[in-house]
Amino acid sequence: MFRVQITYVDKEGKEHTVAAPLGKNLLEVAHDNEIDLEGACEGSLACSTCHLIFEDEDFYKKVPEATEDELDMLDLAFGLTDTSRLGCQVIVTKSLDGARVRIPAASRNFYVDGHKPKPH
Amino acid sequence: MRLASRSVLTLGSCSRCTAGVYSIEWNGIRLWSAACGPATSSVPEKLHVCIVGSGPAGFYTVDRLLKRYGDRVHVSILDRLPTPFGLVRSGVAPDHQDTKNVTNQFSSLATDPRVSFLGNVLVGRDVDISELRALHHAVVLAYGAESDRRLGIPGEDDPTTSTSALRWSRGGGGVFSAREFVWWYNGHPDARHLPIDLSKVRSVAICGIGNVALDCARVLLSPPDRFTPTDLAAHALRQSGSPLGSAVREVHLVARRGPVQAACTPKELKELLTECGVSARTAAPDQLTVSEADAAEMKATRLKRRVYELVSKAQQQQQGRSRRDLFFQFYRNPVEVLRGPDGGVAGIRVERTVVRPDGPGGTAVAVGSGVYDTIECQLVLKSIGYKSLPLHGVAFDNRRGVIPNLEGRVLKQVRACVSTCDEGLYVVGWLKRGPTGIIGTNLVDAEETVACVAADTDALLRAGEKTHGSAGPPGLAGLTALLRQRGVRVVDWRRWRLLDEHEVAAGRAAGRVREKETEVKEMLRVCGFSME
Repeated sequence: MFRVQITYVDKEGKEHTVAAPLGKNLLEVAHDNEIDLEGACEGSLACSTCHLIFEDEDFYKKVPEATEDELDMLDLAFGLTDTSRLGCQVIVTKSLDGARVRIPAASRNFYVDGHKPKPH
Repeated sequence: MRLASRSVLTLGSCSRCTAGVYSIEWNGIRLWSAACGPATSSVPEKLHVCIVGSGPAGFYTVDRLLKRYGDRVHVSILDRLPTPFGLVRSGVAPDHQDTKNVTNQFSSLATDPRVSFLGNVLVGRDVDISELRALHHAVVLAYGAESDRRLGIPGEDDPTTSTSALRWSRGGGGVFSAREFVWWYNGHPDARHLPIDLSKVRSVAICGIGNVALDCARVLLSPPDRFTPTDLAAHALRQSGSPLGSAVREVHLVARRGPVQAACTPKELKELLTECGVSARTAAPDQLTVSEADAAEMKATRLKRRVYELVSKAQQQQQGRSRRDLFFQFYRNPVEVLRGPDGGVAGIRVERTVVRPDGPGGTAVAVGSGVYDTIECQLVLKSIGYKSLPLHGVAFDNRRGVIPNLEGRVLKQVRACVSTCDEGLYVVGWLKRGPTGIIGTNLVDAEETVACVAADTDALLRAGEKTHGSAGPPGLAGLTALLRQRGVRVVDWRRWRLLDEHEVAAGRAAGRVREKETEVKEMLRVCGFSME
C-alpha cells in the first residue's frame, strides 16, 4: 500500500516522523505509531480531543474543507487556531506528503490567559 | 522551604547514618551536601497513589500517572458507587452513546496490572481521608460536583418539608436540579426514587440554557422511539417512552440573558431543533433581539453565530403548533416559584431583563426592567450549575465551590499561597477548577495535576520512608486489608464486569443498548455478593 510521510510534533515538542498509509485518518495513524494523541469518542465527532494543528498553511489547505459537524466540535477544542482540524476527520492523501502536525500542549497559564468557561 | 518554584531545600538527618545532610533539587537534579549520598537500592521505589472518584478526571489522571512513572507506580481508583465512570455513565445523555466510547479507553486502564478499581467504597463512611493519606504516597481527589447552585428565590423549596431529602411533591412535579433529573433518567441510584411523574406534568420550565438544559429538554420532548433503544433508565422510559406515560406538551428554556450569551453549543441545539419533532420558537418576538456588542461577538466567534442562526431558523420555520412545543424564554430572570394551595408547583414568575456590558471586563449582565411575566408549569428544573461538596478534613472554598489548590496541589487554606500546600494531597477535574468543560478538558487538567505529583516525587517518597520505613506506605495491600476488616463489599474490576455484562445482556434481550440496574443492593447481588 502506498504511504506518505507525516511528522507529528507531540506535547513535549518531540517529533515523530511516520509512514502513513493512504486512506487512514490522522488519529488512526497516530495510534498505529503509539503517538500520544487522545481520541476519546473514537472518531465519531462527539469530542475534540484529537485536535491537531497544521504547522504549514499550504498543507492545511490541501485537506477537503471541514463539515459543519466537524467545525461544531472543533469550536470546543483547546488552543484552536486557523489551521486546526480534528485528526479523525483528516484522511491521508498523496498531497499530504511531508505535512507536519502539532498536538497542542497546555500553556502554563491554561486557566488564566484568555480563559473562557467552556460549555458541557 | 522553597527557594524558587523549582528548587527545594530540605534539611534533615540521613535515615541511615543520622549525619546532618541537606540537599537541593533544581530542575530534577539533586545536589547533596555531605559524603553520605542517596539510597542505593537496586529496586526502583514505587509510588503508591490513590484516586478518589472514577469519572474522566480520575481516569485521565490514571492515564497520565502510568505514562509518567511506567512501572514505578501503582494506582488505586475508588468510587462510592459499584459502577465506575462518573458522569460518563450518569450524566451523558442516553442518545449520545458515541460520547461514551471513552469508557473503552478507561476500561483498558482499569485492567492494567498497575491499576486497581475499588467500587462501593465511600470516603468518609468506609475509610477516612486521613487513612488514605497514611496508606499512600499521594491521594488525588477527583470526586467532581454532586450538589447544585441554587436560584435563591421564594418558593424554590417545597413549603411542607424542612429538608429536601424528605421532599414529596404533589402532582408528580416539583422543583429539582437538572443534576437530579439527569441522574433520575440515567438510573443513578441516588435519584431512583425522586417523585417525578410526567403523566401529571403538562408544562416544564428549565432555568438555564446550557447543554445540560438541552439534554433535559430532549428527554422531555422527544418521541418515544428516540430513547427506547438507548440505556435510558427503565423507570424513565416508562414515563417518557410511552404516549400515556408523559403528559408533557411544552418545555420553556428560561434564560436570564440573550441568545448570544447562551451556554449551549451548536451540535446539541441543532439536535434538539431538528431531531425531536418539536415546534420551537421564542415566547415573544422581541426575545430574539441582540445588541451591537452581541453582533460584534457573533462576527468574531463562529460558535455564537451558529447558535443564533439555529434559533432564528427555527423561529422562521414555524408551521403552527405541533404535538409538543419548545419555547425559548430569553431575557427572563426567574424571581419566584409559584405554588398552588396544596404546595405543588403552579408556575414561575420571571422578570424581563435587558443585557448590559456592566460585568467585570465588560461581560454582559442581565438587568431587571420591572416588567413581569408568569410561565405556567408543574415542573421546574434548575440547570444553573453544579457545585462540589466539601470533604471533612480538607479545606474548601465555599465561594467558588471547589477545593482550594495551586495547579492541583491542595492548599491548607483558601488563600492561594505556596507555603501552605497540604503535602501529598492533590485535586483534579471539576473539584479543582469548577464544574465547566467537556470530558476532554479533564485530559489537560490531569496533565497539570500529575506534573505537580511528578515534581514532588522525591519529597513524597522520602515522606513515605520517614513514616513507614524503607518499604514505604503499603498502598493497595493496606487499603484492601482495612476494608476487608471493616466488612466493606469492595467491587473490583472483575465484579464490575459481571454487572456490566448483566446490564448489556438484559438490554440485548429488550432491544436496548443496556438495561441499567438502579439500586445499589441489586448491583451488589449481581456482582456476586450475597445480600440478605
